[in-house]
Amino acid sequence: MAGQTLYDKLWSQHLVKERDDGTALIYIDRQLLHEVTSPQAFEGLRLAGRKPWRLDANLATPDHNVPTTVKERAEGNAGIKDPVSLIQVQTLDDNCVEFGIEEFKINDPRQGIVHVVGPEQGATLPGMTVVCGDSHTATHGAFAALAHGIGTSEVEHVLATQCLLAQKMKNLQVRVEGTLGTGVTAKDVVLAIIGRIGTAGGTGYAIEFAGSAIQGLSMEGRMTVCNMAIEAGARVGLIAVDDTTIEYLAERPYAPTGEQWQAAVADWRGLVSDADAAFDKVVTLDAAEIEPQVSWGTSPEMVTGISGEVPDPAAQADETVRNGYTRALQYMGLAPKQKITDIRLDKVFIGSCTNSRIEDLREAAKVARGKKVADSIKLAMVVPGSGLVKRQAEAEGLDKVFIEAGFEWREPGCSMCLAMNADKLGAGEHCASTSNRNFEGRQGYGGRTHLVSPAMAAAAAIAGHFVDVRQLAANDDAQAQEA
Amino acid sequence: MKKFERSEGLVAPLDRANVDTDLIIPKQFLKSIKRTGFGVNLFDELRYLDEGQPGQDVSRRPLNPDFVLNQPRYQGASVLLARRNFGCGSSREHAPWALEDFGFRVVIAPSFADIFYNNAFKNGLLLVTLPEETVERLFQEVAANEGYRLDVDLENQRVITPAGEILEFEVDAFRKHCLLEGLDDIGITLQDEDAIRAFEAKHRATRPWLFRDSAQA
Ligand code: SF4
Repeated sequence: MAGQTLYDKLWSQHLVKERDDGTALIYIDRQLLHEVTSPQAFEGLRLAGRKPWRLDANLATPDHNVPTTVKERAEGNAGIKDPVSLIQVQTLDDNCVEFGIEEFKINDPRQGIVHVVGPEQGATLPGMTVVCGDSHTATHGAFAALAHGIGTSEVEHVLATQCLLAQKMKNLQVRVEGTLGTGVTAKDVVLAIIGRIGTAGGTGYAIEFAGSAIQGLSMEGRMTVCNMAIEAGARVGLIAVDDTTIEYLAERPYAPTGEQWQAAVADWRGLVSDADAAFDKVVTLDAAEIEPQVSWGTSPEMVTGISGEVPDPAAQADETVRNGYTRALQYMGLAPKQKITDIRLDKVFIGSCTNSRIEDLREAAKVARGKKVADSIKLAMVVPGSGLVKRQAEAEGLDKVFIEAGFEWREPGCSMCLAMNADKLGAGEHCASTSNRNFEGRQGYGGRTHLVSPAMAAAAAIAGHFVDVRQLAANDDAQAQEA
Repeated sequence: MKKFERSEGLVAPLDRANVDTDLIIPKQFLKSIKRTGFGVNLFDELRYLDEGQPGQDVSRRPLNPDFVLNQPRYQGASVLLARRNFGCGSSREHAPWALEDFGFRVVIAPSFADIFYNNAFKNGLLLVTLPEETVERLFQEVAANEGYRLDVDLENQRVITPAGEILEFEVDAFRKHCLLEGLDDIGITLQDEDAIRAFEAKHRATRPWLFRDSAQA
């Protein structure tokens, strides 16, 4: 008999009951809650007179609506100027009190984007099932946790029953083999993967990311990759446990300690796909061929390398693709065959659950150190993923690097990733963004998003247009040698 | 949940692939803490010429005359015909809420995004997957015939065209059952309460670190 994939193992470890019709009840170990997708779920519980099944499985924090300027944040909830946003955040606070769920409130230093907070606290552990009413829950799969994004009805279902109704997915393995070039990061890897398989390439699959280039990534990098599994159509992205995983988790507040840590580690070592496991599909990429990526269109699959150009819709054979490209270029205000390095930018956003962890900020700071944001850039902002990331960055002096270069240094939250708070793009503005979605209007009505890595975003801020961060690094080295 | 048995209605075509949840209902409307009232902002950025804000009187906003749902011939549509990968993007359940609130009972497309698929069925919105060629043909028929209607029969898993042609579709048995009966998932799951308790006890014994109350004892 063929061995099991990592996904198969996690699935069977949580299978409560299989129904004849192919659906199953799976047990959920952790639910993360935030203000946008939970109010209707709590309301449903209340209406039905139900209680949460297990309080200690839940952890909540507001992230989408919180303001990120220092001044507003100092006022706590009162600093939320939009009355509708305020109600949503307050409703989360009230619901957590009423139902007895632990919450990191707006000014708790542990507050942040749920997908940054969970792993940082050790609230996401290998072998767990993790859910959240947010599609980027796939992030937690970097820890070999089976993590699903769910809808509000499912949030209520998990609160009430500790289970999720699910159907087993198929297994897709995406292997990235070899060594990444200098200046090429996890973000470029995942954008290149999406460019290859498309935004529906992973639909119906759990994707396991594997291969030497993936194993070589830090936990931060692995989270960036799994975060965007959903942009490839997959609800679940996974990476096997290894030493990197275990080292990251040691001594995190919610992680086990003492003998239980030992037992847990022994168990976690088994969270890898068996050598003879059968995948329904395998896709392999050569790490050495991946360039720093820039998205040019309105879907994450509309992406190319920094040395590339905007495609010509006329050259597309498929009519639906051709129409999609034409509409995207029109929305983005780009011309066919325009060079990527000729795209001029108005704003730069470094943040989001994809790229707002300490390592991301370090990479961006490395590029920004001693330089100035171009005069043509109206706003360049850095939004750390959590209060703890912010503190760490400040302890390393990264805030100063950014501020001296002309970036705004903000308080943690989702911010301009989806522009639910006051941080947004104006119509027609081009933004180099480290977030995950470049849909029309995502970062503001009529706004034009280009998805890039933190280093590429910082480099673009300084140049005022996209530049190859590898070139920049080479120039710096040359200067350093001359000096 | 509302029961869904059969629905016969006017078809509106939305001719673009990868319609994402941000397009179905832009994020500024996600701030509501209710489940209803999203219909007026369905496809807001396509439907209106200005930028919408929550709580606004939409009757004063300029409509985009080119957008299909604004055309007189599609008023009152209850079946949406769409292209592949419909509903991609976020997990927001506001997307099916908005489609339903607007008056759609059925969406027909060659494929749907996973989370959206789940969310729709949980809210009584039927998603019908038909082959790409069939969908293409339906687009042509809708365009050519004003007042084009389809009869969607979930019980027998078929769509009937005005010409009487029968298009069969697949749907998983559990979802179909819930939709036909208007069943609430939570109630069904709680019938298995004993099985969940038994699983939980075993799970806690094997992997106590997954339970915070026993992890740091
Ligand atoms: S940072 Fe962006 S993608 Fe991530 S949870 Fe927040 S809004 Fe969603």
